[in-house]
Formats: sequence, structure tokens, C-alpha cells
Amino acid sequence: MRSKLVSYGTIGLGLLLFTLLICIGFGSVHLPAGEIVGILLHRIPGLGRWIEPDWSMASEQIVMQVRLPRVLLGMLVGASLSVAGAAYQGVLRNPLADPFTLGVSSGSAVGAAVLIFFGWQFSLLGIFTLPVIAFLTGATTLWLVMWLARENGKIPIESLILSGVVMQSFLGAVVSFLTAMSKRTVNEILYWTMGSLSLRGWSYTAILLPYLALGGLFLWSRARSLNLLALGERQAAHSGLNVESTKLVILLVATLMTAAAVSVSGVIGFVGLVIPHMIRLITGPDYRLIIPLSALGGGIFIMWSDLAARSLLAPTEIPLGVITAFVGAPFFAFLLYKKKKAREREIS
Amino acid sequence: MIEVKNAAKSYGRLNALRDIDWKVQPGEFWGVIGPNGSGKSTLLGLISGIESPDRGEIKLAGRPLSSYNRKELSRKLAVLQQDGLPPVSFTVREVIEMGRFPFQDWRGREKDGHAERLMQDIMDRLELGGLAERPLSSLSGGQRQRAALGKVMAQQPEVVLLDEPTTYLDIRYQMQFMELVAGWQHEEGLTVISVMHDLNLASLYCDSLLVLNEGSLAAQGTPSEILVPGMIESVFEVKSHSVAHPDTGVPQLLLQKATGKQAD
Repeated sequence: MRSKLVSYGTIGLGLLLFTLLICIGFGSVHLPAGEIVGILLHRIPGLGRWIEPDWSMASEQIVMQVRLPRVLLGMLVGASLSVAGAAYQGVLRNPLADPFTLGVSSGSAVGAAVLIFFGWQFSLLGIFTLPVIAFLTGATTLWLVMWLARENGKIPIESLILSGVVMQSFLGAVVSFLTAMSKRTVNEILYWTMGSLSLRGWSYTAILLPYLALGGLFLWSRARSLNLLALGERQAAHSGLNVESTKLVILLVATLMTAAAVSVSGVIGFVGLVIPHMIRLITGPDYRLIIPLSALGGGIFIMWSDLAARSLLAPTEIPLGVITAFVGAPFFAFLLYKKKKAREREIS
Repeated sequence: MIEVKNAAKSYGRLNALRDIDWKVQPGEFWGVIGPNGSGKSTLLGLISGIESPDRGEIKLAGRPLSSYNRKELSRKLAVLQQDGLPPVSFTVREVIEMGRFPFQDWRGREKDGHAERLMQDIMDRLELGGLAERPLSSLSGGQRQRAALGKVMAQQPEVVLLDEPTTYLDIRYQMQFMELVAGWQHEEGLTVISVMHDLNLASLYCDSLLVLNEGSLAAQGTPSEILVPGMIESVFEVKSHSVAHPDTGVPQLLLQKATGKQAD
């Protein structure tokens, strides 16, 4: 397991750095990779004085003030959503679960949108107001969705997703309504319902980072519990797992990570569905690998998606959620098809 | 080892178990028998701590079962379910390793490092060496049940509960499985409680039998005391003959057909 983690992790980190350089370099002004590496290394304390700046101030401004915060934010959002998705899939033992299909993203977006509509985003708890309220509305949505879907103490895979989709379209309408009322531009509505990373400064990155770091580490430490749950809840209980409390805590942490991501970037769908599945195809079912590698994969995926979002129709920006849905929705359909085939095989 | 006092359990208006009194000494091999719906699985569920009795008390090693937390309990008592393990894509080795969960800290490490040797011993004993890296989903029912037994062994329990462990196995795997359990029990002085459907198999392997009928304790005793035609007819409503096994003398049942009793 450890050697697998090291080798996959090294490849993942390499891809992450490569993606980072490409995405920072690409844009209306093209920056060569060597220059970006110089600018970034120059900022590392203790290393800076060994590097002679041979780049223009403008380049440094572009990297440090415009591109890097956006690219890093995308990385953190992707990582948070992917890890949350992997955790939902593990706890609910439902391969179709992710923050978007469960309606949690939309639930969080409603909380955030209400705060912003009334101008309360820093009112109660300072910079924590937005993530905390988004978490509360997201968790309430998750609870409602699970309550709607429950039959005789069990939650069938399809009805969970169906309830998620119902909640999601209702809450999405609420968000659209609020943004329409606020007399701001159409862009603002698109931002909340389809996600965006444009014009986000460093402060957004700083808000999200602790949620990803602590939440991700916590979920990683519960990876063996998720592995046990894959054998069935009863089996897991017999093996020494406190099933109910473990499930509750993991669901809440995953929801918190989703809420933090949504409150800085709006609703970006399907990341948490596509990435953990890809990782699972490569590494197998072990959550000790799936959790950390999903974080890397989600980061890489969103950075590329955002690059596509801002450069395909430049200078017009495509909402980020449009790009992820182009990839994610067909993937979702493919998973449904695969499940159907598996059921048909079982019957025949 | 286990003491059940006056235990009762009901689901809604259905009385699944009534007034069960039962003592199991360390190292005994008990079979629990009875018709479908007689409360066998409910009793096992109570002893395994998955469910708690409405009335009465269950003690494990002198302590009330409710005073154990899940991890503590799993170090003392392991359960092998009827359906064993689902066909997941974890490998046999990974699944058996999961049996060590109650001994691991939050980072997955163990205090004493003998886990590696234990794993090897289990693989050897169950002849799983060749299957170690195969995913569970690619194994046959019998092989999967052996892997499930391996996971239970990795838990190093003092008590093992088996819920109709051979239901889905053919005769060869049934015997292989029971031999493995009996050998393990013999070596480690383990206490085994097994719900059994096959009364002849129960007679071969169990020291004592507990008979449940409609949620009540109908009888308990050695196989020779229990497996007599009168008892079988009153509990299972089946007529039978009992003959002594040529090897060991334990009773074996021959069933009587209801119609056309004529021989030759």
C-alpha cells in the first residue's frame, strides 16, 4: 500500500506541478515556464536571494496577483470537492454520490446567496460567516435528501440520486431568483449556479485552505473505516467499527468541505463523481489511496477545466460548471449504463 | 465465558425471543438449532452486541456486554455472517488484514509488530497463499467463505459466532470449512457458537446443542441427548430415525418420508 501511494503520489504531484505551470503561463499574455519558476522560487523565503530577477515587473504582477491566486483556488476547490465526493461514495456505498448529485452544493449555495443578497456575509462570525452558514444549509439539504430517499431503513441508490436532483433543481431556482432580484448582471447568476473562479483574490484561497487541509487529513485518517464499510455495515460493526457515529462524522466533514468550496466558487458539478472513479479505476478500492489521490486528481482536473473555461472563447469566459458538466454528465450516464448492464447480467 | 440471563427481544408485536437462560463455558463448541424463525439469528445478534435485549442481561467474560465499546468487543468476539463477504474488489490479503482493525490506532499501526507473522500463519492454515492477491469478486463461494474465516481469525477472538456458515457451500466445502473451524478451536481453546441448519453436521462437530422453538428455549444438552426422534418431531415436526455414527458413535438422523413408507 505504502509503495503504491509513494509511486502514484509522485506521479500525481508531478502532473500537478506541470499543470500549474501550464495554467499560469497561459492567457492573454503568454509567460514562459522558466520565468514562472523563477518568480515562484524567488518568493520562497531563504531561496530568493540566490535568484537574480530577470523578468519584468509586469510579469511578476500577472503571476502573483492574477494567475496564481486563481489557479491555486481552482486546485483547492477541485481537491475539496473530489475528496468530499470520495467520502460520500464510501459512506453511502453509492457510486453515484457526489456533492453535486446529492444536492449539497446547491444547498450550500442557497445559504451563501442569501447572505450575499442581504449583505450579511461578514456579519455574525467575520470571515467564517459564509462557510459556516453554507455548511448549515448544505447539511440540512443532505439530511432532507437522505430522509426523502429512505425506505425501510435503507437508502436505494437511485432514489437517493433522484431526491438529490429534485432538491438541487429547487434550490438552484431559489439561487437564480435571489440573483435576479439583486439587479446585478447575468454573470453573477451564472457564477452561483454554474461556478466560476474569476476575479478571486488571495483571501478566497486563504479561506478554503484550512478546510481542505484539516478536512482532508481527517477523512484520510478514516480511510480504513471507509474500507470496512465497503464490506457492509454489519460486517464493519463486527470488525470493531462504530458504524453510526463514523458515518455521521464523515458525512458532516465532507459537507463542511463542500460548503467551504461552494462559498468561494459557486456550484461546480460532477468533479466529486468523476475524479474518485478515475482514481478507483487506477488504484483499486482502497480509500487510503483514493482519498489523497482524489485530492491531487481533483486539483489537476479543475485547473485544466478552468484553463478551458477562460481560453476556449477568450475573451469571453465560459462558466466553469459548464466545462465540468460537459465531462461529468456523460460520465454519469456511463456509470448508470454500467450499473444497468451489471444488473442485467445478474438476472440472466 | 458467555452468560445469558432471562434475555428477551421483540420486534413490534412479534416476540422473537423469550426468557433465554444459557451458560457457555470457555472452550466449548455449541450448536444452536431450531426451525426457521425460531429466534436463532436474533440470539446471535444479541450476543454479538449488534442488538440489545429488551429485558435480561448478557455477560461476556464476567462483564455486561453493554459495557464494552465496539473495538474492545471485537478483540474478544468475532462474527462470521451467513452471507460472508460481498464480492468487492479488495484482495484476499487486504480483507484479512481488515480483521486487525480493532488492534490498530488511527494511523493503522499496531503496538506489537507480530501482525505480519499472524497474517502468514492464517494464509498457510487456510491455504489462501495462492489467492492472496486475487480480488474477492473473482473467487468462488467456498473460497470467499474461507477468506471470511481468515478475517475472523485475524481478529484473534476468544469467542467466535458463526451464523449458518455453510449454507451456500457444497458438501466438500462444508466439510472443509467445519474442519478448519474445529482445528482452530482445538488449537486455541476457542469458544465457538454456531447456528446450524444441518443437524448431522451439528452432531459431528458440536459438544452441546441449544434448541430454540418459537423464540423459547426448548432444550439444551449433548447431541446424544438432543438428537432423538421424539425431540426432532416435537420441534421440527419431522419423523426420523436416529442411528449411531460408525466412527464415533454420535447420533445421525435418517429422515422418514411421510408417504409410501414401504421399503423394497
